[in-house]
Amino acid sequence: MKVPFSWLKEYVDIDISAEELQEKLFSCGFEVEELIDLGAEVRGVVVGEILSCEKVEGTHLVTCQVNCGQYGNPIQIVTGAPNVYEGMHTPAALDGSVLPGGVKITAKPLKGIPSCGMMCSGEELGLNDDLYPGAEVYGLMDLPKDTVPGTDIREVVGMNDYIFDISVTANRPDCQSILGIAREVAAVLGKELKMPATDYTVSDYMFPGLDITVEAPDLCPRYLGHGVRNITVEESPAWMRRNLALCGLRGISNVVDITNYVLLEIGQPMHAFDMDQLQDKRIIVRRAKSGEKIQTLDEKEFTLTPENLVICDGSRPVALAGIMGGLNSEITEKTTQLLFEAAKFARDNVRRTSRALGQSSDSSARFEKGISEYTTELGMARALHLIQELGCGEITSSAFDCSAGAPREGKRFTASLSRINGILGIEVPAEDVLRILKNLNFDVVRDGDTLTVTAPRYREDIEVGEPDLAEEVIREYGYEHVTPTFLKAAMVTSGGKNPAQLRQDKVKRIMCAEGYSEIITLSFYADADLDALRIPQDAPERNVLRIRNPISANLAIMRPLLAPSMLNIVTENLKKGNNEGRVFELSNVYLPRETGEMPDERLHLGFAAFGDEEDFFTVKGSLEALGQAFGLRFTVERAQDVPYLHPGIAAYLLCEGERIGVFGKLANEVTAELKLHKDSKANHKIFLGEIDYAKMMGHAAASFRYAPVSAFPPVIRDLALTVSEETACGDLMNEIARACPRVSDVELFDIYRGEQVGAGKKSMAFKIRFEPDDKPLTPDDVERFVKKILGNLKFKLGAEIR
Amino acid sequence: MEERIKALREQMEKRISQIDSKDKLGAFWQDFLGKKGSIADLMKGLGTVAKEARPAMGKVINDFKVEAEEKYRALSGQMDQMELAERNRSEQVDITLPGKKRPLGNLHPLTVVRNEMIGVFAGMGFEVFEGPEIEDDDHNFTRLNVPKDHPSRDMQDTFYLDGDLLLRTQTSGGQIRVMDMQKPPIKVLVPGRVFRSDSDATHSPMFQQMEGLVVDRNITLCDLQGMLDKFVQQIFDANVKTRLRPSYFPFTEPSVEVDVSCFECGGKGCSLCKHTGWIEVLGGGVVHPKVLENCGIDSSVYSGIAFGIGIERITMLKYGINNIGLMFENDLRFLKQFKD
Repeated sequence: MKVPFSWLKEYVDIDISAEELQEKLFSCGFEVEELIDLGAEVRGVVVGEILSCEKVEGTHLVTCQVNCGQYGNPIQIVTGAPNVYEGMHTPAALDGSVLPGGVKITAKPLKGIPSCGMMCSGEELGLNDDLYPGAEVYGLMDLPKDTVPGTDIREVVGMNDYIFDISVTANRPDCQSILGIAREVAAVLGKELKMPATDYTVSDYMFPGLDITVEAPDLCPRYLGHGVRNITVEESPAWMRRNLALCGLRGISNVVDITNYVLLEIGQPMHAFDMDQLQDKRIIVRRAKSGEKIQTLDEKEFTLTPENLVICDGSRPVALAGIMGGLNSEITEKTTQLLFEAAKFARDNVRRTSRALGQSSDSSARFEKGISEYTTELGMARALHLIQELGCGEITSSAFDCSAGAPREGKRFTASLSRINGILGIEVPAEDVLRILKNLNFDVVRDGDTLTVTAPRYREDIEVGEPDLAEEVIREYGYEHVTPTFLKAAMVTSGGKNPAQLRQDKVKRIMCAEGYSEIITLSFYADADLDALRIPQDAPERNVLRIRNPISANLAIMRPLLAPSMLNIVTENLKKGNNEGRVFELSNVYLPRETGEMPDERLHLGFAAFGDEEDFFTVKGSLEALGQAFGLRFTVERAQDVPYLHPGIAAYLLCEGERIGVFGKLANEVTAELKLHKDSKANHKIFLGEIDYAKMMGHAAASFRYAPVSAFPPVIRDLALTVSEETACGDLMNEIARACPRVSDVELFDIYRGEQVGAGKKSMAFKIRFEPDDKPLTPDDVERFVKKILGNLKFKLGAEIR
Repeated sequence: MEERIKALREQMEKRISQIDSKDKLGAFWQDFLGKKGSIADLMKGLGTVAKEARPAMGKVINDFKVEAEEKYRALSGQMDQMELAERNRSEQVDITLPGKKRPLGNLHPLTVVRNEMIGVFAGMGFEVFEGPEIEDDDHNFTRLNVPKDHPSRDMQDTFYLDGDLLLRTQTSGGQIRVMDMQKPPIKVLVPGRVFRSDSDATHSPMFQQMEGLVVDRNITLCDLQGMLDKFVQQIFDANVKTRLRPSYFPFTEPSVEVDVSCFECGGKGCSLCKHTGWIEVLGGGVVHPKVLENCGIDSSVYSGIAFGIGIERITMLKYGINNIGLMFENDLRFLKQFKD
């Protein structure tokens, strides 16, 4: 919120600099996001008095001798401005001066005539008529004759001023105004607050038949209306226009300016209806009818629903409550009588309507944050006072006050001094607590440890109890008084991650050791991401949780699978020229449950490997390592029905017979749609997989006991077997292991195809490790084992020893 | 006899000087020390020597034998060494050839920092609790003392699913779940994903927060600062300190923003701290008694402090990352830089 320093000074005698005030505001909870020095862009410009003017023949130029006080008397400056005259006081930018926009002025001849600077228009100084009357005159600024030559121009035109751009937290809507900030400034400086005048006198006149009804008091707990007549619509005075301009508003007319002024000064959004446009002289505050239409001041039309609150006259909506007035009843130059509205509207309703219609305003911004009824009363009184002060209308006796009955006094409660200090952890002296609360306009009576407190009416944020008072006290007393203590009174507790959390860390460590880098991707994506993986429309994965208000259509569903996220990251990396890589993510997928139940958030381990060096078996090897780390033995089963994986190069991963995941090469159909360079091999070697983490860990033992190690060495035997081409390696290995309990490991070390084994056949060579028990293995033992193995293999798989 | 020995010695010296291979060394053994070698011959010739001179002559021959054997051993040792040296030479490799590729993956920077943060608080006795990412209105707002008409419930901040469900906007909801299950003393961290409808250089619609909660008797604002001092000192630099300033969160009162003195410039002012000497790192406060009461904890006996830290924020500060989007792009050239 923008707060001009000069305007603030109308309410508080501030005797510190803008920078010092910025610090003070910061310390009590009001961060100044920007301190704007109005004159920062103007340097070296002073008041000049034109002593003589001499026309330069054959040009439009005039050579002037200018009295610039201590900077030179006279200084010769040439100007082309048509309105120059002898005796004029005007801004003179001296040699080396700077104007807004970084324009540098130096002494240089014009048409051969030496000129030691430039005389300026208001526009060149960044001024307009609102900031300084007469600034928009065509040509040089004509300053008053009582300005002293050589005076810094910033002082003369009010540019020695600052704007505080203050961020106000959501709990302090009472500070959405100059007055609100002034109250805080007065409190933090310990100064008196000078309240703006709110007195006015009313005439006996009453508008006949004028009536106001609030039909929706839940959405409009307070509605004040007051009639004014004999209006003269004209320009508002310079001081008002200047203050509005400093806050970024242009002057429009006295009546409109008053409503804007009260909005900025008091924080109360005001509206003025042209009384003659109000049909039946009626105001009805009600919910809109379905399909009812209104055209707002900015000429936009909206179709409404009963969720929207409208202000209506006898027959139609004349304002969108709290957001904007209707075009049909706006104040014009012809307005002679009006009705002022000051109201409190329910903040969530204003917010919802504003969002739903996409229409907002300075008023709606304030209503959304919350307005107190104190502010509503003060705002109306101030607006009427300003009508009187500006002498632009007659305040009638037609005054209306519709109230839902909220109490007209601040919250009153008792609090304990020691509990306030107990929250803070320091001892704030009682007299400081009392002083601070009084400075903040709390009414406080102390009885020993007990304070009886009445909060100011505008502080609707204050809740009964000590915490709010503790915050008020410490933000004024100063956070530097908080002395850090390291959980002085707290009991010792045991901390750290639990076994399940540590296990997740271990999974991540193993994946890293296998060369996989962890990625973190967004939890949501689009239906299109499932389309890209060829997930059928009737697949269970298509039953997803949808975000009702996604930030974009690309991020509209909670992901049921990690695979699309994995693939997106792989594709992005390939596009960036990272032509190999391994990535994994251990994150939730989200699956809907029955209505009324919380959705299923399931941890999945997703992974992908891509690049020339990768194949199905590099990935499988990593998964085997992962299993090993948790004492799990994974088996595989051909997966031909996973839509995004190659039907011949994909497997389900099983643990103790349960499917726990799937992995394999990305289906050619999916790869083809990735729009990657076709000539790069890396782009065709993408492997993806996904494991249900809980299912996997369900098979891991929570703890283990050591198994005794035989005192005798193992025996290793190599066996080369000839089998038909269709025989799966896994079957051979399983059979070998099953044939003999002494087999502790079977490792494939060679596959041979060729003449020596014949067409349609292959030879596979295995290293078999036999583990002894409490006796050493004899050559006879091993012979017996091998015979048994070969017998079984021949019988079950037709394998022959080679 | 002595003449023969002398001649043999000369012969031996000559042979030795010519030996440059194991073969020649072997021949030398055969010729001098073998069963049919010269020294054996000498021994056989001992019979021709006068009986009384035999022992003396025997000793001379034996000394000569010992001498020859020593020479042989020395040469043999030399030969072995030469051979080893030759073998070593031939086996030498170009040590500047690249190592065998064994790719090592990295943890994501957010995980690195998250673990580091958990480590700091674990040392203070904090447990780790992970709540659901999809929450209901009750846990995300109502029981955290966010009034029904509060602006933070606005559609523009919160992602809504069907019915009462929403994506949690903060990990503070975890506080409620913990306090429902556990009674004081409580020290718990709730790290995890949170979601807000916001996206620019410093905002992502999904990011990670870490909530911290302490509930016990006589816990104060001073404890919050003391604890966070320790945290920032371990995460950033042993010399940094914190500064509290007023703020607003519905679930804490008083609420504070916590700034850390700039670890880049030591508080003198630099571009990182925007020349203020301070960097905003987290928010916190004294737990609102209503939140305690909402979880069945007697606020007249117990008090609490809570804080919420943006893990992305800390990560970006630690590593000088200026765009939050980089965290979720997952470009391997970015990821590979982070070592834990």
